[in-house]
Amino acid sequence: MSVVPLGVPRRLLEFTIDGEPVRAPEGSTILDACRSAGKDIPTLCEGDTLTPKNACRVCVVEVEGARTLVPACSRKAEPGMEVRTDTERARHSRKIVLELLASSVDLSTTPRVAEWIKEYEAKPDRFGPDAARLNEEPKVDNDLYVRDYDKCILCYKCVDACGEQWQNTFAISVAGRGFDARIAVEHDAPLTDSACVYCGNCIEVCPTGALSFKSEFDMRAAGTWDESAQTETTTVCAYCGVGCNLTLHVQDNEIVKVTSPHDNPVTHGNLCIKGRFGYQHVQNRG
Amino acid sequence: MDLHFGDSKPTDDERAAVDALLGPPESSWEGADRSDADLRWARGGREARDRRDLLLPGLHAINDRVGWISDGALDYLCRRLTVPPAEAYGVATFYAMFSVKPRPATVLHVCTDLACTAAGASELCAGIEGGLGPGVQVERSPCLGLCERAPAALAIRAGDPVRTAVSAPATVREAVLAATAPDSAPEEPPAALAVPQADSGDLILLSRVGVVDPASLDDYRAHGGYTALRRAFELGPAGVIREVTDSGLVGRGGAAFPTGRKWQATASQPDHPHYVVCNADESEPGTFKDRVIMEGDPYALIESMTIAAYATGAHQGYLYLRGEYPRALRRLEHALVQARARGLLGDDVLGQGYAFDIEIRRGAGAYICGEETALFNSIEGYRGEPRSKPPFPVEKGLFGKPTVENNVETLVNVLPILTMGAPAYAAIGTARSTGPKLFCVSGTVDRPGIYELPFGATLGELLELAGVRDGLRAVLLGGAAGGFVRADEMDIPLTFEGTREAGTTLGSGVVMAFDDTVPLPRLLLRIAEFFRDESCGQCVPCRVGTVRQEEALHRIAERTGADAADDIALLREVGRAMRDASICGLGQTAWNAVESAIDRLGAYE
Ligand code: SF4
Ligand code: SF4
Ligand code: SF4
Ligand code: FES
Ligand code: FES
Repeated sequence: MSVVPLGVPRRLLEFTIDGEPVRAPEGSTILDACRSAGKDIPTLCEGDTLTPKNACRVCVVEVEGARTLVPACSRKAEPGMEVRTDTERARHSRKIVLELLASSVDLSTTPRVAEWIKEYEAKPDRFGPDAARLNEEPKVDNDLYVRDYDKCILCYKCVDACGEQWQNTFAISVAGRGFDARIAVEHDAPLTDSACVYCGNCIEVCPTGALSFKSEFDMRAAGTWDESAQTETTTVCAYCGVGCNLTLHVQDNEIVKVTSPHDNPVTHGNLCIKGRFGYQHVQNRG
Repeated sequence: MDLHFGDSKPTDDERAAVDALLGPPESSWEGADRSDADLRWARGGREARDRRDLLLPGLHAINDRVGWISDGALDYLCRRLTVPPAEAYGVATFYAMFSVKPRPATVLHVCTDLACTAAGASELCAGIEGGLGPGVQVERSPCLGLCERAPAALAIRAGDPVRTAVSAPATVREAVLAATAPDSAPEEPPAALAVPQADSGDLILLSRVGVVDPASLDDYRAHGGYTALRRAFELGPAGVIREVTDSGLVGRGGAAFPTGRKWQATASQPDHPHYVVCNADESEPGTFKDRVIMEGDPYALIESMTIAAYATGAHQGYLYLRGEYPRALRRLEHALVQARARGLLGDDVLGQGYAFDIEIRRGAGAYICGEETALFNSIEGYRGEPRSKPPFPVEKGLFGKPTVENNVETLVNVLPILTMGAPAYAAIGTARSTGPKLFCVSGTVDRPGIYELPFGATLGELLELAGVRDGLRAVLLGGAAGGFVRADEMDIPLTFEGTREAGTTLGSGVVMAFDDTVPLPRLLLRIAEFFRDESCGQCVPCRVGTVRQEEALHRIAERTGADAADDIALLREVGRAMRDASICGLGQTAWNAVESAIDRLGAYE
């Protein structure tokens, strides 16, 4: 017999989204409520396993009475709130945010962004050819994963996953400030000289591909990365007794990377170095 | 937490600087030599972790002693406080006054902000850079808060003790001298020199500046000091809050929130302890009033903080002082020691059984730390990034506890409220903007300085007092986050409601006059550059938006009319999203001044 944890019963809040009355359990964010109501609000820095950092501002919506727009991903729903998700004002901010991001970093491996750019008619080119970009070389300093900060949108997810929210290793942080702010390890050293334990939980949460498996990075460089040709198989890690779930991504009969299901109540998508990277032995066929 | 330290070691000097702040380390776990006992147990993690808020003072200690922060020094500090080095590196690189790269012991900060630019800062910089050898690093600085004596330069020489010298108004020769021989630089003029009305006799907030000896507690008491605190003890906490509410006092930092309501909300929080924080991180370009009060009448601030604490049930206060104010720091430190020695701070304030003490925390060059929640992060030893609100500070502020935060000017208003009583105070000014107000007047006027006027005086009257010159082109109200008004708008009443009706803002009380010799596009570029430099970088609209705005202003620096139309449209679109979607006031207001210059002054027509 399996037991489903029900948790404390929660009160339902009543408010409106785009004029329609909705009910959401106390404590839900506007985004939760919007998603249940079938609204598609773009998000980038929001992570299903992380506390919202509300840094990207692509999910902003209009709330009656608020001076500024509010981030749907982090603002809690309140009774009586009147939320409007698709006003000219909210769409304008989303469009500009997408333009600002796409003009400064490489979003080519960010899922769904191309679709939103089209939907909001964002034109990242209009800031001119001299618009400042990150223009960083990928940092390839170990055999497990690559940091390509040219693709980094500074969503803070990796910082939170490495730090107090999951891994508790605190190997990475944001350094510098303003446009010069970058994700960095201590003293901006190579990863191999840092506190990193290579759990890869930061790769798991990175929304843009700024952090990726070395295997994926190399295959992309060689032009052989082909997601449509990959299968995903979820299994159990055999290294230790914890029994984390692993999802093996297999292309041409080779494991190309390992992720972990976020809805697993024990691990929430987190793994250790062995589960995440220790898959070569499976495919040493002598 | 699983901490990992590299093998870089601090120098003896760096170690001594940290140990002077934290005391000697107790075990090898925090940097001492290894003893037998260390092999058997590790202690102190939790206690050390509770001292995370000493990270910023620790970085100051190293930077003050050596001039920059090496890997070894940073790692040692982290070991002492059990802070992960990556996080400490993130904090150290956040502040403009710190360097994690080697640099000379002496740094000369030359202000290139608005008032100083109008007074010839560019030529000054060029001259200084030519006149200094490799032993000094020259850094172009945002406003140093010395605008009444523009152009300004501040020399800081690392060592034990650290030495500072100010040169303002600076000439090339004096600035070079301040940097090469800070010990023999002439003493700064007294604070009262920044108060042109000093002799007029009818000042309230500034009445003691230039009159009392800022080093003497007795003199302060002889001039009415500590009568307001006595009155507060008579009234009791609820009575004080009632007086402050009835007085109509609103915050003077720019947001104009009713002070009494803020105090009441903090006082009634069930969660304890409560904290009082004085925001003395006066970094708005063109603002220097808080500095003059702290330098000229430091006990007034200490007394007001004590009253705020008593009213809101706090026993610990923090005074967050901007790092560029060495003289204010010295005077306040001295005043705190005196007040403690005389029982005006400590376990038993004025013999009333009420415990309260104040700690000074120095900022390190970050405008954003004037935002109240960024300031909390800064004190706590994190990057000075604003938090999202709600929750508001009255509920979860410093260290996650209910906190009342007020700036210096707001706090010192509490003294006259208690001594003259709320009705008399509320009779000053207008019905909706009560009391006296301080204005920082600078730029092209004959008598720049701080002016105290009852709310309701007009802009013209204020500029008349300050000696406005012929050919006035524009006035910047409220600083870089404020807005420009035209020379023919002199009858704008200086009240919160009056400026709002006129489509502008009083902000923090900055009034900068520019005559037609000052090139407007260059000023606007400077404002854009300021915000780009000072953005914390947390949210996209501000982090990238400020860059795109500066680029557009560069493109149109020499253009007008139809040639500039494209970029002006772009500025508007980006500006609108920054105002709507940024996390904090910095991004939300970064486009105000430029927009007002385009709309009100026709800057690019
Ligand atoms: S590296 Fe990835 S997860 Fe980390 S901040 Fe950048 S985009 Fe976000
Ligand atoms: S991923 Fe690591 S912790 Fe999880 S089962 Fe495998 S070895 Fe154990
Ligand atoms: S608006 Fe600017 S300063 Fe404020 S949080 Fe965003 S990036 Fe930081
Ligand atoms: S997804 Fe909400 S701010 Fe980024
Ligand atoms: S000191 Fe230079 S502008 Fe304020």
